[in-house]
Amino acid sequence: MDEMGPIINEFLTESYENLDQLDQDLVELEANPDETSLLASIFRTIHTIKGTCGFLGFSKLESIAHVGENLLSRLRDGEMKMTPQIANALLAMVDAVRQILSCIENDRAEGDVDYSKLIEVLHKLNNGETVDEIPSLSGNDGEVAVPAEPPAAEQSNGNASDGPAETAVVEATPETTPEPVAAEPTAPVAPDATATPDAPVATDKKLSAGESSIRVDVVLLDQLMNLVGELVLSRNQIIQFASSEKDSSFLTTTQHLNQLTSELQEGVMKTRMQQIGNIWSKYPRVVRDLTQSIGKKVRLEMEGKETELDKTLIEAIKDPLMHMVRNSVDHGIEMPDTRVANGKEPEGVLSLRAYHEGGQVNIEINDDGGGIHPEKIKQKAIQKNIITAERAEKMSDRELVNLVFAPGFSTAEQVSNISGRGVGMDVVRTNIEKIGGSVDINSVVGKGTSLKIKIPLTLAIIPALTITCKGSRFCIPQVSLLELVRLDPERAEKEVEMIQGSPVYRLRGNLLPLIYLSTELGFPGAPVREGESVNIVILQADNKQFGLVVEKILDTEEIVVKPLGNQLKGITAYSGATIMGDGKVALILDVMGLAQNAHVITEESRSSGAGSHSDASDESINDRQTLLVFEINDGGRMAVPLSLVARLEEFQWEDVELSAQKEVVQYRGDIMPLIHLSKFFDPMSAQEKTGSLPTIVYCDRGRNVGVVVERIIDIVEEAIEVKTGTGRKGTVGSAVVQGKVTDMVDVKGIILEADPSFYAGVEEEKLLVAATEGDN
Amino acid sequence: MNEEKQFCTFTLDGHCFGVNVLDVQEVFRYQEMTAVPLAPDTITGLINLRGQIITAIDLRRLMKLNDRDAEEMPMNIVVRTKEDVVSLLVDEIGDVQEVPENLYEPPPDNLHGPLRELVQGVYKLPEKLLLILDTEKVVGEPAEA
Repeated sequence: MDEMGPIINEFLTESYENLDQLDQDLVELEANPDETSLLASIFRTIHTIKGTCGFLGFSKLESIAHVGENLLSRLRDGEMKMTPQIANALLAMVDAVRQILSCIENDRAEGDVDYSKLIEVLHKLNNGETVDEIPSLSGNDGEVAVPAEPPAAEQSNGNASDGPAETAVVEATPETTPEPVAAEPTAPVAPDATATPDAPVATDKKLSAGESSIRVDVVLLDQLMNLVGELVLSRNQIIQFASSEKDSSFLTTTQHLNQLTSELQEGVMKTRMQQIGNIWSKYPRVVRDLTQSIGKKVRLEMEGKETELDKTLIEAIKDPLMHMVRNSVDHGIEMPDTRVANGKEPEGVLSLRAYHEGGQVNIEINDDGGGIHPEKIKQKAIQKNIITAERAEKMSDRELVNLVFAPGFSTAEQVSNISGRGVGMDVVRTNIEKIGGSVDINSVVGKGTSLKIKIPLTLAIIPALTITCKGSRFCIPQVSLLELVRLDPERAEKEVEMIQGSPVYRLRGNLLPLIYLSTELGFPGAPVREGESVNIVILQADNKQFGLVVEKILDTEEIVVKPLGNQLKGITAYSGATIMGDGKVALILDVMGLAQNAHVITEESRSSGAGSHSDASDESINDRQTLLVFEINDGGRMAVPLSLVARLEEFQWEDVELSAQKEVVQYRGDIMPLIHLSKFFDPMSAQEKTGSLPTIVYCDRGRNVGVVVERIIDIVEEAIEVKTGTGRKGTVGSAVVQGKVTDMVDVKGIILEADPSFYAGVEEEKLLVAATEGDN
Repeated sequence: MNEEKQFCTFTLDGHCFGVNVLDVQEVFRYQEMTAVPLAPDTITGLINLRGQIITAIDLRRLMKLNDRDAEEMPMNIVVRTKEDVVSLLVDEIGDVQEVPENLYEPPPDNLHGPLRELVQGVYKLPEKLLLILDTEKVVGEPAEA
């Protein structure tokens, strides 16, 4: 048998692939029984398996495939109609085939499970008789057992409700056994003979399609990936070297090398990409089996199957995704009568959506089920000692909903065999976070639940920010990076405040804990030198924000992540290392590890803080606006939508020049008029012509206007309601922003007032402050 | 019993050591490396060896010998172990020596300290003693060592 090994392996891989397709086709076929092309494809698959296993001498497998094929051929030729019963029988057959295949894979033998009952049932169906029980596979081992059981369980209610009118119910007695098996080879079904000639032709066609791709060992791909990474580094070095060379043919070659390397890198990256549809293809079957066994009706919708991501990531999200899909069907979508009672369609909708966004892959799982009751979660969490009652009282609904990710939490009132064993969502979250992703849950009671997973495209090459600390370079993965803040020495002294020795910084009104990287890495000496500006990298770990104070911020670049040796794996501050453009090694900081080392996040805050950050996006984004809030001379608070602001600048009074009696500054090679907002609102107001001018630069069709304000206060994202109250000239109304009355500035009006020619030549350009539209 | 084994020899603070030549991937001169803050002081840093990042372990530190003088540049011996590839920093690299198996003896009982753990055995060569390093132990030494 040994020389047959490779052939058998190939047979196994091919068959497994075919079976996955088969599951999907069968379920689809049940919905559209008249789709002959589907039937033909199913038939071909089974036929191929039968043919190959006959050749390899797996007689048991062959006999099962054979009866299945007979039944399928009659269906295909229109001699029989697809019924749920036949579908179940065929699915049971697929399971049997799968089971035997796994036996073959493990010990090169077909195993000793008796399938005669199943064969008999298939026979009976083939002869147009009806059976009332599809045998489930006994002695199954784990994996096969789960999908195999539901069809059997379904029989009881499936027959009663949507089964066809049954004329002859024949008891499938398990005792009358081997006869069908023996009879089977000599039981030729007429259409089979006529059907076969065209089937192999079709099979051949499929094979030739298969020839256009080859299977490659993943290890080989990984090696290629490494080599390409190396090539990229060598290329970078050569480019550096070439910049000081004058030989033109050398420069041309370098450029060529540069291009080829980039293309090669892209190509190799692509070989590792797989469509997410590969793992989704199993879901129709899973959902079907599940819904049948628990008596629900669910329609599965999938969008973005062709979204690609790295193979290792596909592997990593496979199980969590499956878990979430099962959860949604089991707990999310209600029973048909409950749904009807709530005024919904009896059939629930579970939709999967995958798409690329900003270098990440987003996967959404939405159901239109009952949603999650925060109240129930609260009670459950208190009962299971996940949180204390006092804390629960203080938590928002969203925070409560996020408790489903807490370890040991299961919401199902009844623990079913499908899900609800309490090891679910926390494992899901851990697995997704392990690969640098995040998962977020959003639920509206009565409307449904939506889970959103964000994962990086690939793990091998990631964008990262390079920073220095005491002269050494470190990389911070871009995914954890929120923003960068630089404080001048004077400001740093004032604005980095201490609470019991712990530094904090007020970031737009919120306290941000600070960590000094040099302290965390154990460098001796003061973390920040006197009289130097402070660079803060604002990071997010586990929904908590904190600021990492570094020495210098260098650049962002794509880095190839390499693992650290065993001796260094224990140091939680690093997640790996990489080789920089100059060939030197730099360590990659583990944001989560740093945060934990510095006690910025703790196990406790992990569960409680889960919702706090994302709270801001809780309300629907539509009625929220990002506003720039500022102050003018008389202390009035004003705001403009941030979308209208091109830049914020600070000019010095010395820079201000006069042109046609108007104040202007030179700005980016242009002359930009300045409008003093304080003067605009109160022409009498006194002005000190010294110091700096905080300016909001407003840009329209290449022309800039600077609006000078007294002080920029903050950028806030808030749902606002503009009231046309004060009627002050140059404003469109007032709103409550951050709990204070704030005038909404009419930028266009003010510019027109100050420079009536600014919009000259442009008819009715919509430049109104967004808020006015909401107001009308 | 008179089989011969080949050892790559090197010196450390006057002692002569050997590692099985089959475990040695390559030998190269000192090269600049990236220090790893928070790492135990036996780990000198990380080296880019043609795209592979390997950890450099200072054997002098590991064996609690005196540090070498600042101007003395160590040599790298890259050894493969079961799980990892590491670079061992040594003073000087010697020849590859073939030694007859019958000169082997387990480490003497009066050998104490860190060496006791790290030395597999001793070959009694006519002119000197060749201490055989157990590379698995070197790599497996807990990080706190």
